[in-house]
Amino acid sequence: MFGTDLTIDQDILSIGSSKHDAKSRPIGSGCLHAPPLDLNPTSFPLAPCPDPASFTRSNFASACGNSDSHQQVKFAKGTTTLAFKFDGGIIVSVDSRSTMGAYIASGTVKKVIEINPFLLGTMAGGAADCSFWERNLGMQCRMYELRNKKRISVASASKLLANTMSSYRGYGLSMGTMITGWDETGPQLYYVDDDGTRLHGRYFSVGSGSTYAYGVLDTYYRPDLTVEEAIDLGKRAIYHACHRDAMSGSINNLYHVTKDGWVKIHAIDVNDMHYEFLEEKANAMSS
Amino acid sequence: MGCGHVFCKMYGSRLPNKTPSYPLKQQVVLATDQVNARSILMYQQNLDKIAELSSHSAMGVSGPNCDLVNFSEYISKNLKLYELSNDGLKLSTHAQANFCRGELAKALRKGPFQVNVILGGYDAKVPTGGSLYVMDYLGSCTKANYGAQGYASNFCLSIMDRDWKEGQTEEEAVQIVEKCIRELQMRFLINQSNFIIKVIDKEGLRTLKYGADPADN
Repeated sequence: MFGTDLTIDQDILSIGSSKHDAKSRPIGSGCLHAPPLDLNPTSFPLAPCPDPASFTRSNFASACGNSDSHQQVKFAKGTTTLAFKFDGGIIVSVDSRSTMGAYIASGTVKKVIEINPFLLGTMAGGAADCSFWERNLGMQCRMYELRNKKRISVASASKLLANTMSSYRGYGLSMGTMITGWDETGPQLYYVDDDGTRLHGRYFSVGSGSTYAYGVLDTYYRPDLTVEEAIDLGKRAIYHACHRDAMSGSINNLYHVTKDGWVKIHAIDVNDMHYEFLEEKANAMSS
Repeated sequence: MGCGHVFCKMYGSRLPNKTPSYPLKQQVVLATDQVNARSILMYQQNLDKIAELSSHSAMGVSGPNCDLVNFSEYISKNLKLYELSNDGLKLSTHAQANFCRGELAKALRKGPFQVNVILGGYDAKVPTGGSLYVMDYLGSCTKANYGAQGYASNFCLSIMDRDWKEGQTEEEAVQIVEKCIRELQMRFLINQSNFIIKVIDKEGLRTLKYGADPADN
């Protein structure tokens, strides 16, 4: 019954049940030559072995803690991302370096994922996991809009992602993200990570450089910052993290979220920032 | 019992309220820390880890944030569903604790909820009033006068053994809890600056005090 006569429309409408259908499909009813493609967009194939959970756990460990020191595949990670709420909206500020051990794989990574015009996600941990699951989240949010004729709240969107993460807990996903946006309840900021943690807060920083960014953020954050001050704080926190953390660097991308959606404010090379701030400090000391 | 690097603690103590009528009706005090940390970073210190189950019961839950949220939402919503589908009939605290224990045991063989629970409630129909149940993630459940879980139990149980007595007032019970918190802040390696304390009596559940407002985010 299912399989060959599955049309695209049916598949899109039956996201929840198609997992069940794919399992209950009788053997031999699919394509004659190739196995039927699993069109379910909300899942991905597990390792073909008796215990996929322990296989992934022993080969691809999560980015948290030091638990992946004996793993075959070590994840490329090292990032600084931050986001904070203030009276003028939300600032999301990230670096753009991607490292694989000592090698800088890229200096132009877009670590802010534009889920839709009112929702932003940030990327820390495994790049593939983050971009895959946040695109997947984008799809779920769009489905919500089509079904309910209104935009999804940030609380629900982040809960969708947290539920996905908790259903794959122990399978070695690596993701630390902040979901931000503006909904009916105003500006909202959530932290979601690979072990299913979901926190609601005023400001967060995620990644290897987060401790440095927190240092600046904890010291200079006030809810009553002006937009200019807030942009400067976001920029400087990333700069200082990039300065101290070898795995963070390159370009600082900064977004501002208001009730009309997000706007990209700037993309500045942290190296240029370094000399700018150096000169600023020299001038301040001489005067 | 420690759960990875999540430090869990809570304690509650049962105490009789000073009401002229006999038998003495007891109240329950629950307290937990408000911290969420991961590796060396403290992400948040204004969480509320005491979930309201019904108007007169609550449970303190400790463990990884994911399990903590999923478990407390699952239990509280199911108890709410029971109320809605039975004309507002509430389960007794004893029944709630057994439901909770059953769910922990059910989950044990299929990726357990890694949570330890202290559940407290007040029943008007029960002669003693308040009651307190201590559960671990394996599904064992005991009715107790006081209890503590996580690393905190190493510091707090002795204080409660020393100071808890039958017939104490609410103030005395809260004092014991505060002694426990002071001891943790003095001797425990991990800094836990904020605690939330809730009380359940015949009026229902109320938040007595907190280190940081959970709504402030």
